[in-house]
Amino acid sequence: MDILLQQIINGLVQGSIYALVALGYTMVYGIMGLINFAHGEVVMIGTLVSITVAGSLIEAGMPVSLAGMAGLSASVLACMALGWGLERIAYRPLRNAPRLTPLITAIGMSIVLQNLAMMIWGRNYLTFPSFLPKIDFELAGANFTAIQVIIVVVSATTMGGLLLLVYRTKLGMAMRATAQNPAVASLMGVNINRVIAAAFVIGSALGALAGVMVGSYYEIAHYQMGFMLGLKAFTAAVLGGIGNLAGAMLGGVLLGIIEALGAGYIGDLTGGFLGSNYQDIFAFVVLIVVLMFKPSGLFGEKTGDRA
Amino acid sequence: MLEVTGLHVAYGGIQAVRSITFHVGAGETVALIGANGAGKSSTLKAIARVVDAAGGDIHFCAEKISRIAAHEVIRKGIALVPEGRGVFARLSVLENLRMGAYICDAAAEVAQDMETVFAYFPRLKERARQLAGTLSGGEQQMLAIGRALMSRPKMLLLDEPSMGLAPIMVQKIFEVVRAVAADGMTILLIEQNARLALQCSQRAYVMESGEIVLNGESAKLLDDPKVRAAYLGE
Repeated sequence: MDILLQQIINGLVQGSIYALVALGYTMVYGIMGLINFAHGEVVMIGTLVSITVAGSLIEAGMPVSLAGMAGLSASVLACMALGWGLERIAYRPLRNAPRLTPLITAIGMSIVLQNLAMMIWGRNYLTFPSFLPKIDFELAGANFTAIQVIIVVVSATTMGGLLLLVYRTKLGMAMRATAQNPAVASLMGVNINRVIAAAFVIGSALGALAGVMVGSYYEIAHYQMGFMLGLKAFTAAVLGGIGNLAGAMLGGVLLGIIEALGAGYIGDLTGGFLGSNYQDIFAFVVLIVVLMFKPSGLFGEKTGDRA
Repeated sequence: MLEVTGLHVAYGGIQAVRSITFHVGAGETVALIGANGAGKSSTLKAIARVVDAAGGDIHFCAEKISRIAAHEVIRKGIALVPEGRGVFARLSVLENLRMGAYICDAAAEVAQDMETVFAYFPRLKERARQLAGTLSGGEQQMLAIGRALMSRPKMLLLDEPSMGLAPIMVQKIFEVVRAVAADGMTILLIEQNARLALQCSQRAYVMESGEIVLNGESAKLLDDPKVRAAYLGE
């Protein structure tokens, strides 16, 4: 019983991170129908920037919590700039190209960013400075840490904020209108380029936040970490119904929990043949099952219903 | 108010509009009629900057608008009601109207304009909270016109407002178009339903294969034997 609860808590934490990253995929897809495969790399760069900034500030003698905040801010700003630049340089010139072209470009950008990060930060694993207090809690036999609580609370708050932005502000309304019919939105005076750029910038900021949280959770980072994280988050977005914000949130949390439960029980299920290091299997089994039986995902809208 | 001179529109190698010249004066309702594929819609799209003009000039209120960005056109005072209505199906009626007022920042003005639109189309008020996609075709056309009015335009471009609607709905829509015109709006109307268009406009241009072949007062065109034979089915 305590394993079950423990794994659900772990899954919730991991799932919150997936959800934040998945939102970046789903926002861009919702507005322009593009799977931005470079998004995982944006998250990775967010993590590495925060390590460099927070690390050097701590070395310079700044209090750890302040340095952590500075690292987070730097990471968010860097990723926003990166997201904006990606759209501007890589995707905007292809706005009217066949769908496959920007997709291949996205994969290309992902490779470019990975190699760029390797050149800047090297091939080795980097340790993430621990700037959060290590406090443990216990609940019905399951343990969890302050970091885990912070991750879940910050993710939930951020996602609430995003929903407010999208459903209660003028920019949000313009984004939803553009997602449905860009030509008509433009007739209403919406600058489509700006709305699309906003989707990239906001998605990248969420990605940076997720990246910093992943870093402080596992305390290591690496130039290839964005690949698997990106694929999992993409899976989460597909599970929830790509293009749908609430879907990405639910999909992320669900995927995190499925994975954690899978990792917790895979040993028992296979009689000890596979260990918890095979947990990645579950995310991709989920992806395949969703694509086979409900390609539109949990909250997915039917395609082709543009007004 | 609107001056179109020597306008060309081409899609690839195909000339949809070949050097047409016409104008719409302030407060006028002018109709552009013609068969399917005559280039009416392309003309309207070029004015609204949805498509690029291949040649010629478009001036609005003495200002050249043939090269501005599409999202700037509405700020000049031109609102297009697109063919096929183009409502945002997954936004509510209210949100669609607010999108129409996207360029207005004063909440009080927006609220006031919304009451004006509801006065023209009481049906929209009843349906205010519904998603636009759940409205009937006629209601969506009402919404599209109401949405265009929300930007406080100086001129309204209507692209086939009667398309695909039941006759009773067409009547209702055109009653409102007349009312809006009577309140001082300048209107450029495109219609395949030539009789209807001629009945509610002061002047009209007849297009054929991308060119203007006839123009004059609508009442006279209604009596013109050529127009009657070609466009009114008599």
